[in-house]
Amino acid sequence: MRRILSSFIAITLLAGCSSTAADDGPITLRMTTWSANPAHVELFNAIAAEYQASNPDISVTFDALPLENYTTTVTTQIAGGNAPDIAWILESAAPDFVASGALVPLDGIANADDLSPAATALWRRDGTLMGYPFSTSPFGVFVNTDLLASAGQTLPTGAGWTWEKTVAVASATAAKTGKQGLVVRDFDYKDWTNLATVFRGWGAEAWSADGKTCGFTQQPMVDAMTFLHQAIFTAKALPAPGVAADFFAGESAMTIAQISRASLLKDAKFGWTLVPLPAGPSGPYSVIGQGGLGVLKKGKNADAAAAFVTFFTNPANSAKLAQFFPPPRQSQLNASTLAQANPLLEPEQLQTVVVDGIANGVVKPSHTGSAEIGQAVRAALDPLWKADADVTAVLTGVCAAIDPLLAK
Amino acid sequence: MSYWTTRRRDHLTGYLFITPALFGAAAFVFVPLVLVVWYSLHEWNVLADTFDFVGTENYRRLLDDPGFPAVLRATGLFSIGLVVVNLGLALALAVLLNQRLRGTTFFRVLFFSPVVVSLLAWTIVWGFLLQDNGGINGFLDTLGIDGPNWLRSGGTAMASVVIVQVFKNVGLNMVLFLAALQGVPQELYEAARTDGAGPWTVFRRITLPLISPTVLLTSIITVVGSLQVFAQISVLTQGGPGNSTTVLVYYLYQQAFQFHAFGYGSTLSVVLFLIVLALTVLQWQMRKRWVFHEN
Repeated sequence: MRRILSSFIAITLLAGCSSTAADDGPITLRMTTWSANPAHVELFNAIAAEYQASNPDISVTFDALPLENYTTTVTTQIAGGNAPDIAWILESAAPDFVASGALVPLDGIANADDLSPAATALWRRDGTLMGYPFSTSPFGVFVNTDLLASAGQTLPTGAGWTWEKTVAVASATAAKTGKQGLVVRDFDYKDWTNLATVFRGWGAEAWSADGKTCGFTQQPMVDAMTFLHQAIFTAKALPAPGVAADFFAGESAMTIAQISRASLLKDAKFGWTLVPLPAGPSGPYSVIGQGGLGVLKKGKNADAAAAFVTFFTNPANSAKLAQFFPPPRQSQLNASTLAQANPLLEPEQLQTVVVDGIANGVVKPSHTGSAEIGQAVRAALDPLWKADADVTAVLTGVCAAIDPLLAK
Repeated sequence: MSYWTTRRRDHLTGYLFITPALFGAAAFVFVPLVLVVWYSLHEWNVLADTFDFVGTENYRRLLDDPGFPAVLRATGLFSIGLVVVNLGLALALAVLLNQRLRGTTFFRVLFFSPVVVSLLAWTIVWGFLLQDNGGINGFLDTLGIDGPNWLRSGGTAMASVVIVQVFKNVGLNMVLFLAALQGVPQELYEAARTDGAGPWTVFRRITLPLISPTVLLTSIITVVGSLQVFAQISVLTQGGPGNSTTVLVYYLYQQAFQFHAFGYGSTLSVVLFLIVLALTVLQWQMRKRWVFHEN
C-alpha cells in the first residue's frame, strides 16, 4: 500500500514539475470572451498574430463562453485553479472584480489620458485603472420601418420622440400587424437591469449613487414602473411575459438594444433605422452597457497578459475594435471615425446615439454583490408582471428584499 | 504452505476487479465529499482569493437565512409531486402495457424513448412548448381554452417542471415495473381468480406485494433523483417566478457559483447530502414493513 501511495505522490510531483517547466518556454495566454461572432474572432486573432510577430514566445487564444453564464463560468474556472490570463468582464460584475483585488492594475495602457472619465469610472479602484472598458455601447431604439408603414404609423421625431408616443406607435403597430410592439432586448422579465433603459427616462435609479439606499420605492421609479406596467398589460405595446419575439428576425416593430447589435441587421429583409432612447418625463437621457478587459492576478502569466492588454488596447487596435465596440478613447469618439468602422449606420445616428450617448450616458445598474442583489430584485419584481399587480406594493417588496443586501 | 492460498488469490482478484471503479469513486465521490465538508467550514471568496476558517458560522447562517424555508418548501413540493406522479404513472403504464395486445411494443418504445433523449434538449423543447404563445397554449386555443402562462405563475410553474421531469423519466420506472410484473408467477393470478378475486383485489393482494422490491428501488431512485434536479429549473424557470421553484440544488448553485459564496454553497450541499442520506436510510428501514419477498 505504501508503495502505491509513494508512486502516486511521485506522479503528482512529476506532473507539477512539468507544468512549472513549461513556464520558461513559450507562453499561451487565454482570454475569455462572450463573443463567438466569427468577425470578432477574426479581428482578435489578427491582433494576436500581429503581437506574436514581435513577441514570438507569446500566443493568445480566445475562449468564447456563453453570455448567460459568463461570470459564473469564469469564477468557477478561477476557483478550479484554471483562471484565464485575461477576462472580459460584464459591467454588472465590474464592482466585484475591481474591488476584490482579483485584477492586476493596468498601469501600462497607452495614452491613458485619452480615456473618457465617464467610461472608466466603474473600472477604477482608488483612482487606479483595474479594467479597460473596451466596449462602451449605448442603448438605442431600432425601428422596423416597414412594419410601422404597414400599420400606417409614422415614427415621431425631435421633441415628439417621447415614451408616450413610442408606446402609442408600438401598441398600434402590434394591434394592426399581429407582431409585437417594443421589445426590451434581453429583459425577458428576468434581467431587469435592462429596464434601466426605460426607468432612467423618469430619472429613476435602482439604488442611490453610494449604493446604500434602495430606489424602487421612490416616486420616479413608481411612476416609471406604473407606466411600463400599463404599456405591457393595457396598451399591449410590449410582449407579455413568456412571449418570445426577436426584432432582428422581423418579429417586432421596435427594440431597445445596444448599437453593437446593428451587425445583426447586415442581411435584414426589412427597412430599419436607429434612434436614441425616447425622452421621458425627466427629459432626454442615455444608458450605456459596458464590457471591460481585466488581467487576473490568479492567471499564470499576469505580466505577459498585462503587456498584451497594453497592445490590444493601444490607439491603433482600439480604432480597429471600434467597428464592433465603441471605444472609451475620446479621440476616437467622433462620428467620422466611427462611420468608417460602422458602415451600417448613418453619421447622424452615430452622433446622436453613440457619441452623445457615451458623453451623457449612465452605465446600467451595478453594485458589489450584484448577482445576489440582482437575483433578489428579480424574484421580488416577479409579482409585477401580472395584469392586476399592485405596483407600489410590489416595489415596496423589492426594497424590503434588497435593503439588507445593500447595507452589507 | 505458499502465501498465495486460493482464498488470498480470490481476494486479490476481487480487489483488482473493483480497483478501477474504486479509483473513480474516490476521485469523484469520496474526495469531493470530504472537501465539501471542509469548505463548508470556511468563508471562501474566489475573487478576493480569501479562504478563512469560520467554524460553524455557515451553518448558523443557514438557520438564519430567511430564504431557506422557501427553498425547503419548493424542494419538498417538487419531490413529493415528482415521486407521486412518476411512480403512479409508471405503474399504471406498466400494468396497461403488460397486456397481450397489439401495439404494446410501440407504446413501450414511445414511453421509454424520452429516457435516452438529452436532458437539456428535452427541457429546451419543453421550454418552447410551455411559453405563453407556445405549442401547448396553441393547442388549448384550438379547443377554445385560454391556457395559463405556465412558467410565469407560481402554481403552474412548479407543476410544469414536475411534469417535464415525469415525462422524461417515467419510461425508466415503467420498464422496471414491467420487468417486475412479468416476474409475478401466473399461477398465483389463476389461483386468486379461482378464489373469486376481482381485478382490484388481485392487483392489491398479489401484484403489489410481489413487485414491492421494485417499488422500493424505484422510489429510492426517484426520491434521490428528485432532490438533485437542476437543469430543468435552470432552463425553464431560473428558480422563479419569485422563488417558487428555487429548489435546494439550484439555491446552492446560486450561492456558490453566482454569488461567489463557495463556503455557504458547500454548507448547503452538506445539508442536501444529509437529507438524501436520511431519506434513503428511512426508506431502507421501512422496507422491512412493506417489502414482501426479500431474503
